[in-house]
Amino acid sequence: MKFSDNLEKWFAEAQGHYPTKRSPLVPFLLYVQDEVGYLSDEAIVEIANRVELTPLEVRNVISYYSMLRTKPIGKYNVQVCTNICCLQRGGEDIFEHCKKTLGIGHKQTTPDGLFSLEEVECIGACSWAPAVQVNYDFHENLTPETMDAVIESYRKREQQ
Amino acid sequence: MADLVSHPDEVKVISSRWGKGATDIDRYLELDGYKAVQKALTMTPDAIINEVKASNLRGRGGAGFPTGLKWSFVPKESAKPKYILCNGDESEPGTCKDRLIFEHDPHGVIEGAIIAGLAVGAKSAYIYLRGEYRYLSIIMQKAIADAYAKGFIGKNIFGSGKDFDVYWHGGAGAYEVGEESALMESLEGKRGIPRIRPPFPAVVGLWGGPTVINNAETLAAVPAILLMGGQKYADLGTPRNGGTRLFCLSGNLEKPGVYELPMGYNLKKMIYEVGGGIQGGRGLKAVVPGGSSTPVLTADEIDIAMDFDSVMKAGSMLGSGGVVVLDDRTCIVKFALRTIKFYQHESCGWCIPCREGTDWLKKTLTRFHAGGGIKKDIDNIKYLADNMLGRTFCPLGDAAAMPTIAFVEKFRKEFEDHLEGRPCPFAEHGTISQLPVLA
Repeated sequence: MKFSDNLEKWFAEAQGHYPTKRSPLVPFLLYVQDEVGYLSDEAIVEIANRVELTPLEVRNVISYYSMLRTKPIGKYNVQVCTNICCLQRGGEDIFEHCKKTLGIGHKQTTPDGLFSLEEVECIGACSWAPAVQVNYDFHENLTPETMDAVIESYRKREQQ
Repeated sequence: MADLVSHPDEVKVISSRWGKGATDIDRYLELDGYKAVQKALTMTPDAIINEVKASNLRGRGGAGFPTGLKWSFVPKESAKPKYILCNGDESEPGTCKDRLIFEHDPHGVIEGAIIAGLAVGAKSAYIYLRGEYRYLSIIMQKAIADAYAKGFIGKNIFGSGKDFDVYWHGGAGAYEVGEESALMESLEGKRGIPRIRPPFPAVVGLWGGPTVINNAETLAAVPAILLMGGQKYADLGTPRNGGTRLFCLSGNLEKPGVYELPMGYNLKKMIYEVGGGIQGGRGLKAVVPGGSSTPVLTADEIDIAMDFDSVMKAGSMLGSGGVVVLDDRTCIVKFALRTIKFYQHESCGWCIPCREGTDWLKKTLTRFHAGGGIKKDIDNIKYLADNMLGRTFCPLGDAAAMPTIAFVEKFRKEFEDHLEGRPCPFAEHGTISQLPVLA
């Protein structure tokens, strides 16, 4: 399996930062996931070879971290925080609103493969609650109306 | 980019460069950047440690352990390399301060890490940043690259003959990894499960070498301490609680935000003046003073000084500085359920009291809140939490148990009302006062 030149460059450089081969495994997994979309069987075998672990050992690490996944999801992952600070400022309403707008539930993907929805734990936006993260973009101080605008902006991005 | 706020009572030490373009290294230099490292290079390791000891700086991650003392535990001689590990895996609900530190002052963290390295004889530092903060990792990596390009890190820093490397490392979503020994496991490419201690990281840490693990906020305070002097920094706070603190105000406030205030600032004043009072002029019900793991304070318990010792005396903890404000519409049972749901999700599963305890608490509170509770549940919830306390390898079990116990003890009446109000008396009307008074 081939990774992009950028990723190869990052990995080669990162390995020089640690005394053991497996040390950069966690960020490496995340970067591969960002490139491939998910950690496919093929990607796991390739990563395992690179860090000199068995694929099972790599899977053991993957299953621990909530951002890592072994199945594909939508192009835009809408992650709604409902933890205590967001809860106090309407995070649950935002989540319910997203369910209705997107027509899907927790950890589901729209039929066109564009959006996935996820209720997530604290994303570190407590003072700007309620907050949503779409892939790596933060959207904060949301209302159902501004949430609609957020979703619409990603739809528009696709049409361009 | 998160919004910045300000208040006249703020004392900007850590946040002094926020909003001033200090991510650019030249701008950082204009704002006294890297002066502290140059000063540290003229000092002996003991002199640096003594300055930090004099500052009364206590770890900003939550436990509040004296930083200078922690550094002094690192053995002078070591066969294995020593390391500095910056904990930027901020994930405690209610806490969002590290995000602003990395966003606005990445060089401040790098500088703090170099000074820590000079103090304990380490030659490299790892800055571990939570995976969700991708935009910050880009800022951080650029800052590191710029510092290398200027010769501030790498070989022969500032022509001193000393070498010091700084590396960035990203996580992938796990609250438990914020625990210091789990952080090391994760950095070594493993599941982030805590290690049994002793040995402590200062003696046996990363890859077996002595390691200092400090929170991002702790390291960010170090350059200012060296420049202004430990005593002057200490004087900003209260005895035994030196300096300032980044308080993350959130919940039902008019003006939530991250404010830098002196240690010992009054909590009531923080809520009503700095935070602009309760949203919509409503009543205050309770405050979680230091992140989700800290026991709740009722509205009449908030006239306290916000430093480690005073908050502990009041029966809670200053923790990570996340002040979460609950207005009078809040259903405490639901709030307790959401809190425990988090800990159940984040428990690493290694030890039984935490793995099973958080799961049973979640199940019981879910049923209870939905209207299926029985009177015995109230004591059972507390009994379960009591039996988790102090019985786990790492503090996550305590972090789940402590707030739960406080919710039941301080708001028992509300739990009892749920038995009569079924399913949740708050669900429709917003306030519990509309319930019939029960005998």
